Amino acid sequence: MTDISQLSEAEIIRSARRSEKRFALLGLSVLSLTMLVLLTLIIDFMVDGLGRIDYDFLTSFPSRRPNDAGILSAWVGSALVMIVTAALAVPLGVAAGLYLEEYAPKNLITNLIEINVTNLAGVPSIIYGLLALGLFIQMFGLGQTIFVAGLTLALLILPIIIVATREAVRSIPQEVREAAFALGADKWQTVGGYILPAARPGILTGAIVGMSRAIGETAPIITIGALTFIAFLPPSPVGPEFPFINFDWLGSPFTVMPIQMFNWVSRPQAGFHVNAAATGLILLAMTLLMNAGAIWLRYKLRRAMR
Amino acid sequence: MPLLVSPRFLARRRLVDRAMRAMMFAAAFVSVLVTMGIVYVLVSESVRFFAQVSMLDFLTDTQWTPVFQDKHFGIMTLVSGTLMTSGIALLVAVPAGTILAIYLSEFAPPALREIIKPFLELIAGVPTVAFGYFALLFLTPLFQTFIPGLAGFNLLVPGIVMGIMILPYIVSVSEDAMRAVPNTLREGAYALGYTRLQTGVKVVIPGALSGITAAYMLGMSRAVGETMVVAIAAGQQAKIALNPLEGAATITAYIVQISLGDVPHDSIAYLTIFAAGLTLFLMTLTFNVIAFVLRRKYREVY
Repeated sequence: MTDISQLSEAEIIRSARRSEKRFALLGLSVLSLTMLVLLTLIIDFMVDGLGRIDYDFLTSFPSRRPNDAGILSAWVGSALVMIVTAALAVPLGVAAGLYLEEYAPKNLITNLIEINVTNLAGVPSIIYGLLALGLFIQMFGLGQTIFVAGLTLALLILPIIIVATREAVRSIPQEVREAAFALGADKWQTVGGYILPAARPGILTGAIVGMSRAIGETAPIITIGALTFIAFLPPSPVGPEFPFINFDWLGSPFTVMPIQMFNWVSRPQAGFHVNAAATGLILLAMTLLMNAGAIWLRYKLRRAMR
Repeated sequence: MPLLVSPRFLARRRLVDRAMRAMMFAAAFVSVLVTMGIVYVLVSESVRFFAQVSMLDFLTDTQWTPVFQDKHFGIMTLVSGTLMTSGIALLVAVPAGTILAIYLSEFAPPALREIIKPFLELIAGVPTVAFGYFALLFLTPLFQTFIPGLAGFNLLVPGIVMGIMILPYIVSVSEDAMRAVPNTLREGAYALGYTRLQTGVKVVIPGALSGITAAYMLGMSRAVGETMVVAIAAGQQAKIALNPLEGAATITAYIVQISLGDVPHDSIAYLTIFAAGLTLFLMTLTFNVIAFVLRRKYREVY
């Protein structure tokens, strides 16, 4: 540090300006470095994996020979698990968010639930995997199935959807509620008829972010014990006979894309690393697109509110 | 005035209202059940574990070999690996995150801020397994060209990658805290002739200190619980981690390692992952609780 009593006013101002500029430059360089890392990561995946993605890769089962292996069972598994996760997490999370924001009285139980949601958001994902292993698989005997994986991921992203719902509901003007009450609507008519529709874009944003988190999540699914070598597809959800839909697939063994990728990364042969990069690139593209979609939606929403 | 609404409609409406209310409460209560389920599973399986292994051995043994003939259960080996990688992550994320947060809250024009924040969210959205691949197959070979002695599996690179992963959380939470500092304080500082940098360092940071510390705690908690990067790139050898250039197992990497193998449900190896999980849960809980208390504090101040 320079001793400022020795300096003239002009020098003090100049040195202050200089350190201002230096800090702004520092901030910008930290930022660019971070951007560079993300960019390098994306380019690395493209260089390693883009050439491997073709029709055969998407329609083949895993194989001992890296060049024959594909991700058919993995992407089908991911899609089915995501259906379960969305079907469980979105209704539960939205209902919980509505309750906390619109109904909850200020009491001990409400406080408990709120602290609990905050805490759950900070629990590592692998702990959810242990919950699923100890409770759903060992105690309830549900098996290493698509349903258990979907349920586990649903619990994992529940806090994300609850928080998004609460924020969306909180941003709805009080006048909407008052107008509905003034017209004679009761609480549920107001919440179900006016609050929920108005909050829909915000909830959708949260749901997309939550699903993008779930689709890339690996650790809890490993703990459940998903198999990495699955050379068959779960029973089809739609059948040729009445009632055309069946739920046998819920109880099927499965693998998902992140698991398949992890399996391939862990092998020593470079051929499998290429497969891992190709899987990772698809995963990366999906999560980045979903996140970008959520960000765009939020941006549109904020513009519409102004 | 004639009654326009039939009493039956009103009765049905009241029923629906009550039913919906009860359903929503039940949904909100599910989160409490999840926590209870987690605590129950971890504690009950750990009780079975500690029936066979003494707590003293668990905390003081310096070896971790549950699947070997000569079994040792010193959790401190895994804890040391976890703390080493998380510590490296914080060494990266704390300075970078604090600088970025000050830059965003005090320097950046609003338009730039609107671009940077979503960009940081994109980083947070990258699947962790992708970061693991990046750490093992891109960054480690790159770092090996200028750090001699860096092993193929090491703690340094996963630590740095985790630092980048937790950066968005640290920036977002600490910037929130900085923005909660009232503008009157900033204006007072400007009026005394402070520059933006001096205001940031001498007024905003002290004013937002509890929130910024909370951000570090949340970042630490995330790093401790992060799994895939260390499972892929840090190796699986459980030992007291002293050298970041060598590999060592973390708590999370160990749980993954055991889960991948075929471990019988009643074996001691199966129980170890719950004991390790309980240790992990208590570590993250500690950081989360400190963060929670600190954030509540700064919300009260302003």
